[in-house]
Amino acid sequence: MNTTALILMVSTMTLVSAITLYFFVRVLRAPAKPEPDSFKDNDEDR
Amino acid sequence: MSQKEAWGSRVGLILAMAGNAVGLGNFLRFPVQAINNGGGAFIIPYLVCFLLMGIPLLWIEWSMGRFGGKHGDHSTPFILNSLDPKRSFWKYIGVFGIFTNIAVAAYYCYIESWTMAYVIHSLAGTFQGMGQTEVAAFFGQYVDVMQSTTGIPYEAIVFFILCILLNTYILSKGLDGVEKAAKIGMPLLILFGMYLAFRGLTLGTSGATPEHPDASAIAGLNFLWTPQYDSLLNPKVWLAAAGQIFFTLSLGMGSIQCYASYIRSKDDIALNAVSAGFMNEFVEVVLGSSIVIPIAAGYLGLDWVKENAGFGMAFQTMPYLFNNWGPILATMAGVMWFGLLFFAGITSSLAMGTPWMGFMRDEFKWTQKQGAWSFGAIVLVLGLPTVLFFQQGVFDEYDYWAGTVSLVVFALIESILFAWVFGMDKGWKEINRGGDIKVPSIYRFIIKFITPVLLLFVFLGSLVTPLGNDWLAAKASLFSGNGWPLDNASLIKQITNAGLKEQIAAATDPAILATLNEKLFYITGARALLLFTFLAICALVYTAYQNRLKRSK
Repeated sequence: MNTTALILMVSTMTLVSAITLYFFVRVLRAPAKPEPDSFKDNDEDR
Repeated sequence: MSQKEAWGSRVGLILAMAGNAVGLGNFLRFPVQAINNGGGAFIIPYLVCFLLMGIPLLWIEWSMGRFGGKHGDHSTPFILNSLDPKRSFWKYIGVFGIFTNIAVAAYYCYIESWTMAYVIHSLAGTFQGMGQTEVAAFFGQYVDVMQSTTGIPYEAIVFFILCILLNTYILSKGLDGVEKAAKIGMPLLILFGMYLAFRGLTLGTSGATPEHPDASAIAGLNFLWTPQYDSLLNPKVWLAAAGQIFFTLSLGMGSIQCYASYIRSKDDIALNAVSAGFMNEFVEVVLGSSIVIPIAAGYLGLDWVKENAGFGMAFQTMPYLFNNWGPILATMAGVMWFGLLFFAGITSSLAMGTPWMGFMRDEFKWTQKQGAWSFGAIVLVLGLPTVLFFQQGVFDEYDYWAGTVSLVVFALIESILFAWVFGMDKGWKEINRGGDIKVPSIYRFIIKFITPVLLLFVFLGSLVTPLGNDWLAAKASLFSGNGWPLDNASLIKQITNAGLKEQIAAATDPAILATLNEKLFYITGARALLLFTFLAICALVYTAYQNRLKRSK
């Protein structure tokens, strides 16, 4: 691949992957809201 | 859906929302748009539009949905009404949010049924030993309902009905069914996509043959990613980027509002929306750009890709290319490719069923089974013309009016309603209520001014698309006093069937003339059917409103 294309492809893919992962991890780490919340799984935990 | 309908988990909700957005276009439309609009430079307007139009519209639709859900509304007619209860016309604008889903599902389920059939054909080894022409011809045979590739009579219709039955069965389980499908479909889709992307990115020049000596996946990637910066000044490229962002995120459909209406007021939408949005971007930018183009260029050469890049490659070319990997890997790759397209399709088509079900449950007290089976029946009736008269252009007509024009019109109106009628003060509070992230305050300005203006540009760009999509030439023509030359693809010319009428006027062969006249007849019929569907939903909304008035007395 030519250098410009390679740089653009790698930087774009890395950026998009990193941001996707970052937001998804934040979702996973966010504490559940007090009941009643929107999700049935949390109800079963209680 | 029952009154206690709710999402099982937050991850399930995000996967369902991402599944709603991820569709066949992520793998087939995005790379083609990039190639046709400046290669690597396309990614710049694309990402700018994602930040200025995609993310803001996601927040608007998520917060509208949650706000409507607070009032017990789970479909756009009365969600829009709840934002401005004083004006009664909003609920008829909201009809777009049910109509679009039903009309798109009608032809989308047909494409979904192709992927289902092709998974079975890949498993059965149908494509093994077939040449490029034979694989391409196979698709033509498949969509011709009078022919059979499996021995099953009318197999295209059989697979279409099977696909609708599967969708209906899952929908009849309510949000639980939708969530389970997303939890299975999305991880498998990403897994299959990652394997095929790895193959695409590492194919190199190993696919070159005496027949295609210049074949190179690297050339395909170079073509896709080398930036042509001069294209950044071309309005066509920006319109294409905005259009792609719009369609890839399933904006303007009404399904996001429906899914979000089952979220309680105190729960986050700000983080959920960006998480689901970026998940779609990952599938599109990282996986979507690494499969079709490099693999096709790797075996057939870049020149072939330039000439043939389009939707048909998925079915007419990919099975042939997989044959180069040996019988076992070809079968696996075929199952993965059509499997990922199937999962991308079904997670979207399920989302299309929920607004109708929510509306009938809210307004007419229908059970989730009644809602799901009635949705299946409507999709079958509305979808059969796309199967039977596919070659006559009915499919494309549905795609244009329901899958393109309606989305832009609805998103433009809802963005104005949210930012200017509901008001940004209330809107901003809604977006940030219960948020697990703080939305940057610049987005207050963007949502109020930039997003509606961008949407207006997209709409006007479709309305008056210049001849050959050449905006610079059209501008020069206008300023030199020769007017604005419209392309036959523009909305104005489409309404009048200008392109087809030109073909009819130029045709001299009686057989061709008869075919074109037949096409015009079926296109008019398709429009009438779509209009009837829209008006029928309007009538239902009117009845529902009258019922509400009676109940409130």
